[in-house]
Amino acid sequence: MRPSVRFLTDELIQKIIDEARSLLCQLGVEIHNDTVLSLLGDHGARVDQAKNHVWFTDDIIDKSLKSAPDSFKLYDTLGEEAVDLSGFNSNFTPGSTAINILDAQSNKIRRPLTGDYVQYAKLMTAMNHIASQSTAMIPSDVHEKISDSYRLYLSLMFCEKPVVTGTFTIEAFDIMKDMQLAIRGSAKQLADKPLTVFSACPTSPLKWSDVTSQNLLDCAQWKIPVEYISMPLSGFMAPVTLVGSIIQHTAETLSGLAISQLSNPGTPVLYGGSPAIFDIRYETTPMGAIGTMMIDCAYNEIGKCLNLPTQAYIGLADAKQLDAQAGLESSMGATLAVLAGINNISGPGMLDFESCFSLEKLVLDNEICGMTSRMARGIEPKEDFPSQPLFEELLKEQHLLIADHTRRYLKEEIYFPGPTIDRANRSRWQEEGSTTLSERAHREVERILGDYKPVRLDEKTMAELIRLMEAEAQRYGMDGLPRAT
Amino acid sequence: MEILNQISASLQEGDTAAVAKLTGQAVKQKLAPKEILDRGLIAGMNVVGQKFKSHEIFLPDVLLAAKAMYAGMDVLKPLMTGESLPTMGTVVIGTVHGDLHDIGKNLVAIMLRGAGFEVIDLGKDVPPERFVDEAEKNSAQVIGMSALLTTTMPVMEKVVELAKDRGIYGKTKIIVGGAPLSADYAEEIGADAYCFDGISAVERVKDLTGAK
Repeated sequence: MRPSVRFLTDELIQKIIDEARSLLCQLGVEIHNDTVLSLLGDHGARVDQAKNHVWFTDDIIDKSLKSAPDSFKLYDTLGEEAVDLSGFNSNFTPGSTAINILDAQSNKIRRPLTGDYVQYAKLMTAMNHIASQSTAMIPSDVHEKISDSYRLYLSLMFCEKPVVTGTFTIEAFDIMKDMQLAIRGSAKQLADKPLTVFSACPTSPLKWSDVTSQNLLDCAQWKIPVEYISMPLSGFMAPVTLVGSIIQHTAETLSGLAISQLSNPGTPVLYGGSPAIFDIRYETTPMGAIGTMMIDCAYNEIGKCLNLPTQAYIGLADAKQLDAQAGLESSMGATLAVLAGINNISGPGMLDFESCFSLEKLVLDNEICGMTSRMARGIEPKEDFPSQPLFEELLKEQHLLIADHTRRYLKEEIYFPGPTIDRANRSRWQEEGSTTLSERAHREVERILGDYKPVRLDEKTMAELIRLMEAEAQRYGMDGLPRAT
Repeated sequence: MEILNQISASLQEGDTAAVAKLTGQAVKQKLAPKEILDRGLIAGMNVVGQKFKSHEIFLPDVLLAAKAMYAGMDVLKPLMTGESLPTMGTVVIGTVHGDLHDIGKNLVAIMLRGAGFEVIDLGKDVPPERFVDEAEKNSAQVIGMSALLTTTMPVMEKVVELAKDRGIYGKTKIIVGGAPLSADYAEEIGADAYCFDGISAVERVKDLTGAK
């Protein structure tokens, strides 16, 4: 039995979906993209072109829900299956788009550089409980117009795992698509074996900007999966009640789904989001708040009811450094997310309200992911019945350390974390230097970077990626790209 | 020599049958027993020890490897008359009088055996005299005592005093361990070493006895 958690009754789920549909049809959505307005108009929606407003119909919503795939898979740069986004499978991916990195040496934040990003991508190759990478940071040493595509470029050059990413501009989509085509070889192969997921964020409340609308159209055209990242802020840009926020999230996400599916039926999507409660005391949007996590888990239940694979920004921390708060917020979120069966859990490595990435935290979070993944496998009987022979052996031998039963099930049953997690007794811990969590995590970062093996992409593909990126950099006046090793 | 590498590899995998068979084959190939021992069995055990220390493998793997090593040594023993088989030494071990907690002591005993030591386990609630009697009787190199309670810790000091009275103190090393203990306490009562877990017990015993 897979352990699970539920926050909504079936009846409440249906009520929320009905209410969201009603909002879409009665209040409508603001969409700042003429192509999308025309598309929706062609399918029977009432459109006020001048006010960029569109009123959905039940038919559009039904049609979209019908054509959206109930699952899909992601494949690494070599074409191997890496992530299965179906059923109650839970996969992890790092948090994304941090503007800062926590420097392990100084314990201060600073803008990330190419070297930081390369280290991150290298580190990701060894994060065995985090199935995909994300474009986790924004490198600050390139022109801002290429900072989105450059992240993807570095990820593809230094790590084979599929990538959760996104564009900051309409123009950047082309090169980000071209890099994927260079790896897969053709549009069909890219559609058959998706390499990336693009995040697309509506603007709360009930609005789609030109950029994100266009991203949805572009991704749909190439059958590149998208995750809708609705971000209602309870009590600020959304109702303060959790149910009210979930209604808004449902409406915003269904509106995105309609754009994708009407544009190209069958486009793979993730029913995702990054909602948060609004902490009016500090005017912040805590990702580590229990209310935020409850909304995440609850909208995941709505997504599952709609037969869509799900995603959430959960399992990240608002703490500013690798402290107890970081651990509790991340592990609480990751635990709930896995129990809820969220298919793609975005969060590892992130601090400070999704704004600061930490390589050391990524290493710690990999352990949290490992523990929760073990939990998801639940408690299942192996060779436990009848138990008498094993107990007879125990009584005879006085221990079961080398029993066949132990050898068969030790590693399957018991999760052993890496050296970041301290399990030594106090004396051994002292003998090994009385290390703090940050020190152990940093040591592990250095060990992994020292053991890094280059990606196995062929030279021709690598050369094409470099050519594409250099041309893009030149387009924005850069003489060349920063040295990335 | 290929066969020695195979012995080492099979030992690392804890494959008792393969180690016995390969050791026999090596003997037939006229390799010197000492060479088979050093470059096959002990070489494999050294790798196992390193991997265990760096958490690459777990305790059961070490114990299985040790079992495989004994299987190989059983083949060599009859051929090594005149040569000395490496005897790691004898340790008398027990939980002190008044204390019934023996999990840690058992683990230390298992690990010492796995490392090749002869272990005479006196069990729990062991009176001070028995530690010393058994050590003398078996010419033990080490006495190991365990206690989980602060109230039973003082018994350890009595054993040390008794060892002094009988004249074996210094010659027979004394190690202590258990949750309430510390290196300072060990020093205070005159014990030779404090061991905080099974691995450290093996390391300390090896240091104290000069066994390799």
